[in-house]
Amino acid sequence: MFPMHRTARRGLVIASTIALLIATAACGDDGGSGPSRGNVPGVTDTEILVGTHMPLTGPAAAGYSKIAPATKAYFDYVNANGGVHGRKINYRIMDDGYNPANTQQVVRQLVLQDKVFAILNGLGTPTHTGVLDFLKTNRVPDLFVASGSRSWDQPDKYPGTFGFNPDYTVEGKILAQHVKTTMPGRKVCFLGQDDDFGRDSLAGVEKILGAAGVAVKQTYVTSNTNVAPQIGAFKAAGCQVVVLATVPGFTALSIGTAARLGFKPQWVVSNVGADHPTLAKQLGEAAPLLEGMIGGNYLPMQNDAANPWIQLFTRINKEHNGNAEFDGNTVYGMSVGYLFVQALLAAGKDLTREGVLEAVGKGGFQGPGLVPLRFSADDHSGYGGERLTRVSGGVQSYFGPAYETDEADGAVNEYTATPVQPPANGVPTGS
Amino acid sequence: MSATSAATPPQQRATGGAGRPADPRRGSTLLRHLAVAAVAGLLLLGLSYAVEPFRNFQIATVAAYLCATAGLTVLTGLNGQLSLGHGALMATGAYTVALCQNAFYDRGATGGLLLLVSLAAAVVVTVAVGAVVGVAAARLRGPYLAGVTLAVAVVVPALTVTFNGVFNGEQGLSVPVEPPPLALGAYFPYERWQLWIAGAATLLTLLLLANLVRSRYGRTFRAVRDDEVAARLAGIHVARTQVLAFVVSAATAGLGGALLAVLAQSVSPGAFGLTLSLFLLMAVVIGGLGRLAGAVWGAVLLVALPDLSHSVTDQLTLSAAAAQRLEGNLPLAIFGITLVVVMLVAPGGVQGLLSRLGRALLARWRARRS
Amino acid sequence: MDRFVFLTLDGLSRGAVYAAFALALVLIWRAARVVNFAQGAMAVAAAYVAYSVASATGSYWLGFVVALVAGLALGALVDRAVMRYVDHASPLNPVIVALGLVLLIQAVLGMVYGSEFRPAEVPFSRGAFTVGGFAVLSPYDLFVFGAVAVVVCALAWIFARTAIGLRMRAAAFAPEVSRLLGVNVGGMLTLGWALASGVGALAAMLVIPTELGLHPHAMDLVFVSSFTAAVVGGLDSPPGALVGGLVVGLVLSYVSGYAGSDLTPLAVLVLLLAVLLVRPGGLFAPVAARRV
Repeated sequence: MFPMHRTARRGLVIASTIALLIATAACGDDGGSGPSRGNVPGVTDTEILVGTHMPLTGPAAAGYSKIAPATKAYFDYVNANGGVHGRKINYRIMDDGYNPANTQQVVRQLVLQDKVFAILNGLGTPTHTGVLDFLKTNRVPDLFVASGSRSWDQPDKYPGTFGFNPDYTVEGKILAQHVKTTMPGRKVCFLGQDDDFGRDSLAGVEKILGAAGVAVKQTYVTSNTNVAPQIGAFKAAGCQVVVLATVPGFTALSIGTAARLGFKPQWVVSNVGADHPTLAKQLGEAAPLLEGMIGGNYLPMQNDAANPWIQLFTRINKEHNGNAEFDGNTVYGMSVGYLFVQALLAAGKDLTREGVLEAVGKGGFQGPGLVPLRFSADDHSGYGGERLTRVSGGVQSYFGPAYETDEADGAVNEYTATPVQPPANGVPTGS
Repeated sequence: MSATSAATPPQQRATGGAGRPADPRRGSTLLRHLAVAAVAGLLLLGLSYAVEPFRNFQIATVAAYLCATAGLTVLTGLNGQLSLGHGALMATGAYTVALCQNAFYDRGATGGLLLLVSLAAAVVVTVAVGAVVGVAAARLRGPYLAGVTLAVAVVVPALTVTFNGVFNGEQGLSVPVEPPPLALGAYFPYERWQLWIAGAATLLTLLLLANLVRSRYGRTFRAVRDDEVAARLAGIHVARTQVLAFVVSAATAGLGGALLAVLAQSVSPGAFGLTLSLFLLMAVVIGGLGRLAGAVWGAVLLVALPDLSHSVTDQLTLSAAAAQRLEGNLPLAIFGITLVVVMLVAPGGVQGLLSRLGRALLARWRARRS
Repeated sequence: MDRFVFLTLDGLSRGAVYAAFALALVLIWRAARVVNFAQGAMAVAAAYVAYSVASATGSYWLGFVVALVAGLALGALVDRAVMRYVDHASPLNPVIVALGLVLLIQAVLGMVYGSEFRPAEVPFSRGAFTVGGFAVLSPYDLFVFGAVAVVVCALAWIFARTAIGLRMRAAAFAPEVSRLLGVNVGGMLTLGWALASGVGALAAMLVIPTELGLHPHAMDLVFVSSFTAAVVGGLDSPPGALVGGLVVGLVLSYVSGYAGSDLTPLAVLVLLLAVLLVRPGGLFAPVAARRV
C-alpha cells in the first residue's frame, strides 16, 4: 500500500498548490478583465488587422484559393497609397481546407488570439455557418460572407453578419425569367448540388416557371464525379434547356458528359459555376463546347479590357499580386477589398466595431458591381441582382440589361442605373 | 491470427499481458486511477485560468479528440482490430447531441443538466451503431476490416445529405448550448466553460478506460489480440470480446464527437469525413499504439501540429506569388514529413520514445547511486 | 432498356479503371503485405509529370509513356527511400507512413502546380458511337478496356511465365527460403513496388480525363472505390481485383442512375458487407484463408 500513500500525499500537495494558484489567478482575472475604453481589437493608430478563412488546400481550393490573395493585393495597393485614415490594412488569410472543423479552429485563432477587428469574406456555406454564433457572441463584425446562402441575411439573429454574393434564389429567378421570356415552350430541366445551393436555386427557378415548369430535376453530390446517369436522364427526357446550379468542376463535367452522349441543350448556369476561364481551362481542348452557354454575374467581366475597373484591377494584380492569372476570382477578391475599404472610410476615423457595422447597415455603396448592394438596417443580403452573360466566339460577355429582384415573390425588374467609374487613384474616397 | 497482433512492442506485452503474478498494488488500482484523475482535473482547472481563451478552446478540442483516440487505441492497440471508421462514429455522437439539444430548445426546455442528457443519448446511440458495426467487424480481419470501416467512414457523412430533412445536408445543424451558469460571474469566459465540460467528460472516460484496461476484460482484449486460438482454448469467447471492444471504443468516439459538436456549437458532415478517421488513426499510432498516454500525445498533435506548422510558415517572408503556393500546402507538407520521420525513427510512437528515454535515464540514475 | 445498356457500359468502362487500380493495390499487398494508401497520390504525381511533358512537347503519347516510367520510378523510390526502413512489426506502421506520404505528395504537388484543375487530354474521342439510336461506347472507352487488358495480360505473363516473375512470387511467399536459394528478395520487393506503382499511374492516366481534371486530390475517390474493389475480390487475388473493380463500377453506375447519386456510398457499404459476411476474405479468397 506504500506507493498508493505516496501518490495520494503527493497529489494532495499538488492539489492544494493548484487550488491556491487558481484563487490568485481568479482574483487577478476578474479584476482586470473589464473592457477598457477606446481599445478596439485589431485596431491601432497605424494598423487594422482583419482575418478570413478560405480553402487554400484540398479539393475545394480550385479557383477559390485565388480570392483572398486578390483581396490582400488590393489592400496592399491601398496601403501603398496611404492606407485608410492613416491605418494600413493587414489581412490574415487562414486555410480551412473547406472543413468546418478547421474553420472553427482558425476563426477562433483569428478572433481570440490574433484579435482581429473583423472577419471578412469567410468562404463557404457549411464552413461559415458553424462560426456564426461564435462571431455573434464575441461581437465580431462578420462582413461580406463569400456564399449565396440566405443564412447571412438574418439581421435580428445575427446583427453583425452581412452577405456579399446575390443569394441563390434571386439568381434562380433571374435565370428562369430569361428562359421564360426568350425560350418559351422549351422543356426546362435542372441539375443542382445536393445542398442549400441547389435547393435555393431550384426554389428561385420554380418561383418563375412554376413547379411543373421544370420537367426533370436531378442532383449531384461532390463526392461522386460521375454525372453520366443524371445527364443521361435529361437526354432521355428530351430536355432542351438545362439550368445548372453547379460548382465550376461540375459545370465542366456536365457539359463534357453531355457532349459525350451527343446531347446539346441550352445551358443556363449559376454565377458560381459560370466563370469562362475556369471552365475553359478545365475542359482543355473541349472548351468550344461552352459556346452559347448563358450565365449570370454581377461584377465586371474579367476580359473586358475597356472597363475602367478591370484596368484598375489588372494594374493592381500586376503590382501587388505577382501578376497571377487574372480571372473572375481575382475581380471578385478585389471587389470585396474595395467594398471593405469603403465601409472602413464610412465608419470614420474613430474606428470601432459598432461603427463599421452601422456604416455597412446604412448601405449606399457604389463600386464595381453592376447591380445594387441591398444593405440596410433590416436587409443584410449582398448584391440584389445579376446581369446575364453569354459565351460567343470563345469570349464571355454581358448582354441585355441588369436585373434585380428579391428572394420572395417580387417581380424581376430591369436595373437601369449607369455603373459608376472608379476613383482616379483607385482608392475610394470618404463619403 | 489478427493482422495487428504484433501491434505493441514485446516488453509492453510482457508487462501488460495476462497472468500477472499477485501484484501488491492490484487492489488499489481504482484508487490510484482516481488520484491521478483528481490531480489531472485540478491541473486542468488551474490551466483553464492560467491561459487565454483561445488556448482554453484548443485544450478543450484536445480533450474531445482524446475521448476518441483513447477508445481507438484500446480497440486497435489492445484488441488488434483496425478501424478506419471512427470519424463516422464521432459524427453519430455529434449529430445525436445536435438533434437532442435542438429538440429540447424547440420545446422550450432549458437548463444545464439537459446537456448531460444529450451527451448520454449520444453515447447510447453510438453504442448501438458501434454494436452493429462491431458484430460485422468481429468476422473480419486486417485489411478486410479496414475496407468495411473505410466504407462506414464514407457512408455516414453521405447519409446526412441523403436525409437532409433531418440532418440539413451539407450545411448541418447548429447545437444550442447554455452559456456558463451566472454563478460563475457575468464575464466568465465561454471558452473556459467549454474546457470544463470537455475536460470533465474526458477525464471520466479516461478513468473508466484505464480501469477497463487493467481489469479482466482488458486482459481478454489482449489475449484475443495476441492469439485467438489460445484465447479460445482459455475459455474466452473471441467474437463477444471483439464486439465488446468495438462497443467500448464506439462509446468513447461518440462522446468525443458529441463534445466536438458542443464546442463548435454546430455539426456538419464536412467535419467528419474520411480525413478525420485517417487522422485519428495517425494520432494514436504516432502517440504510441495501445497506451492511453499515447492517445493523449496523439490528441495533442492533432490540434497542435497544424497550428505549429502554420506559425512556422508565418515566420517566412515570401513574395506574393510564392506565398500563394506555399500557404496551406507547406503546413501539410511539414505534417506529412513529421509523420514519416516519426514512424521511421520511433515506431513505438511518442510514448514509446518517452518510455525508452525514461528507462534509460532511470538506469543511469540507478547506476550512479549504486 | 437503352438506359440499362447505357448504365451498364458506363459502369464497365469506369469499373475497368477501378480494376486496374485495385490490381495495383493487390500487387503491393501480395509482395509486401502493405495496403498502400499512398497509391492514389503517387499515381497523381505521375500524371502531373505526364501533364508537364505533354504540355512541353505537345505529344500526348510521350506524356503517357513518361507517366508510366515515372510511376515505376516513384514506386521504386518509395520502397527504397522510405518503406524499406519502416518497422513492419506492426502492420499499421506502413499504413501510417503511407498516409504521411499522401499528405507530403499532395502538398508538394499543390506547391508546384497550384490547386487549380488542369485539363487532362484524351488521345481518342469521348463521343460515343450510336448504335440503333442510342449511345454505346466511345473510342476512348475502348482504349481504356484495351489498355487495362494489355496490362493484365502482361502481368499474368510476367508472373506465370518468366523467371523474374517466379522469383518475385517466391520472394513474397517465402522470403527466407528464397534468400537461401539466392533470390535477391529486396530487389524483388522494389520491383513489386515499381510494377504496382506503374499500373497505378496507368489507371490515373485513364481515369483523370473522365473526372474533374488533374488536381492533387484527383485520385482520392478512385482510391476509395478501388480499395473497396480489391477487398470485395480478395486482396490476395489478382483476378479478384478485376472482378471486384467491374462489380464496383457497375454498382455505382446502377445506383446513381436508378436511385440517386447520394446513395452510392451506402450501396458500396452494402456490397462490401454482403460479400464479406459470406466470404470474410473476399470473393476469390482461398477457402482456408484464416490460419486457425
